[in-house]
Amino acid sequence: MYGGGNTFESAKFEGLENEDPQKLAEFEARIERGEKIEPSDWMPKLYRKQLIRMIEQHAHSEIIGALPEGTWITRAPGFKRKLALMAKVQDEVGHAQLLYSAAETLGKPREAMIDDLITGKSKYSNIFNYPAFTWADSCFISWLVDAGAIVNQLANARGSYGPYCRALDRICAEESFHLKYGHHCVIHMATGSEKQREMMQAAINRWWGPMMHFFGPPDKVSVHTEVLMKWKVKMASNDDCRNQFLDMYVPKIWELGLTIPDPNLKKNEDTGRWEYTEPDWEEFKRVINGDGPCNKERLAVRRTAEERGAWVRKALLAPKTEYVAPLA
Amino acid sequence: MNQTALKELLYKIADDQLILGHRNSEWTGMGPLLEEDIAFSSMAQDKVGQSHAIYQILHEIGEGEPDQVAFMRNAEQFHNCQMVELPNGEYDFSLMRHFLYDTAEAIRFDMLTKSSYEPLALLAKKIQGELRYHTMHAKTWIKQLGTATEESKSRLQTSFNELFPYALGMFEQSPYENDIIADGIFPGEEALKEKWMARVEEIIGQTDLKMPEVSEAKLGGRKGEHTEYLQPLLDEMSEVFKIDPTADW
Repeated sequence: MYGGGNTFESAKFEGLENEDPQKLAEFEARIERGEKIEPSDWMPKLYRKQLIRMIEQHAHSEIIGALPEGTWITRAPGFKRKLALMAKVQDEVGHAQLLYSAAETLGKPREAMIDDLITGKSKYSNIFNYPAFTWADSCFISWLVDAGAIVNQLANARGSYGPYCRALDRICAEESFHLKYGHHCVIHMATGSEKQREMMQAAINRWWGPMMHFFGPPDKVSVHTEVLMKWKVKMASNDDCRNQFLDMYVPKIWELGLTIPDPNLKKNEDTGRWEYTEPDWEEFKRVINGDGPCNKERLAVRRTAEERGAWVRKALLAPKTEYVAPLA
Repeated sequence: MNQTALKELLYKIADDQLILGHRNSEWTGMGPLLEEDIAFSSMAQDKVGQSHAIYQILHEIGEGEPDQVAFMRNAEQFHNCQMVELPNGEYDFSLMRHFLYDTAEAIRFDMLTKSSYEPLALLAKKIQGELRYHTMHAKTWIKQLGTATEESKSRLQTSFNELFPYALGMFEQSPYENDIIADGIFPGEEALKEKWMARVEEIIGQTDLKMPEVSEAKLGGRKGEHTEYLQPLLDEMSEVFKIDPTADW
């Protein structure tokens, strides 16, 4: 999991005219040739700003995303699920750590990013503002939200900024296990007792709207993507990612005898594109701007964790013991 | 070999690991820094995995399936010491508990590598390697926070004082203590406690913390007497499982 980058805010597109035209041309030529940009390389301010914002929001999505699933670790049914879910959510927190480090290479410290998260200045993936009511919801997240994230992340891993691409390569490798775990859980629910099946269907009904929102607004209303695409910051359009997700996963959901709460959902064989009812984009806007079912709760939990841990971080800055040899 | 004595020993070790593993997992997403979220989650996975391995041994000698044993018993049927079931509290409390507990576990499993009961000795060798990282983690943090700021030292000392009687409860003797020792299964709780105390004193001696005054051990956990906190933990743990205990989740 969890981020896409595509649903996130873009930096304001201004100031490009103040860049050194020759350096800018060289920078763009390198990207055109498929080279990676590294932290010490010259880059336009806007590129730096946009990448910080995108990687930071991706990192936030990982730690906030750990909350709805994390609440099911203590309730996971049986040893197999309990152990797997612990490992999975731990991976997500590890992804946040990797991504904060990648963003730090662009000059913003982790502490500043976390401050921006808990003060609400910085966004995270919208889908985690919805509650995971039942075990089946956590199964949905592990399978399908992770699947959606993989679609986005595989695309972004081909982007131009070296540290982000390398982090994404590692993240995607772990995500593929999450996907298997999530799929396995959903298969057991869908083919289990009547009660399990009902729980799973209810979860799909609850999460379908947010899942469609996950890839961001339709391309026709998305703004500022041209330069970002040229600089290989944004690698695929929202609609393309959504279509790819539907193509890969709708047949798998149907295969399990589950239904999707959209009577208009079908693949147009002539165009190869999926047709669907547009999700409520007004709701998307409301939720991303702070008025979703769980926004306040998610940030409150994060804020509490930060406040409770402040003394620990402070104590780390007062080292009396010096370690000269590696600990492990 | 006294089977009842053996099972009693296995149950208490497994229950300790499961309950503390569960508590450790509650830190996921809540740690004072990301690295600690990850560390507590790793230890949680190890502990829950270790408890599963011991329940599996118990299953092979006639007890129920691990899932049934872990998810379907009530608090009175659990033999963990009371210390592991206490709520996580603040990070200083969880860290101090982790230090006191894992220092004992590392010695316990070291002793068990020489157990006359082979399945346990083999498992202990494997677990020993994992526990080495748990004690290393605990020691590093206790030394750091136990020497850093006034707040960190005072927090750790308060938690240490509060936990100490519960820590002594880890060594509550079994009614079969003599059989266990005579059969060479385990050298006994008293021997373990002695080594534990020496090691704890050694590490605390490298910090600005003080050993608490000797107090009475909080006993009863090994006999199924628990604090008010265990049953709600078990209710939460089995909430989904009990929707249909025969289902394949």
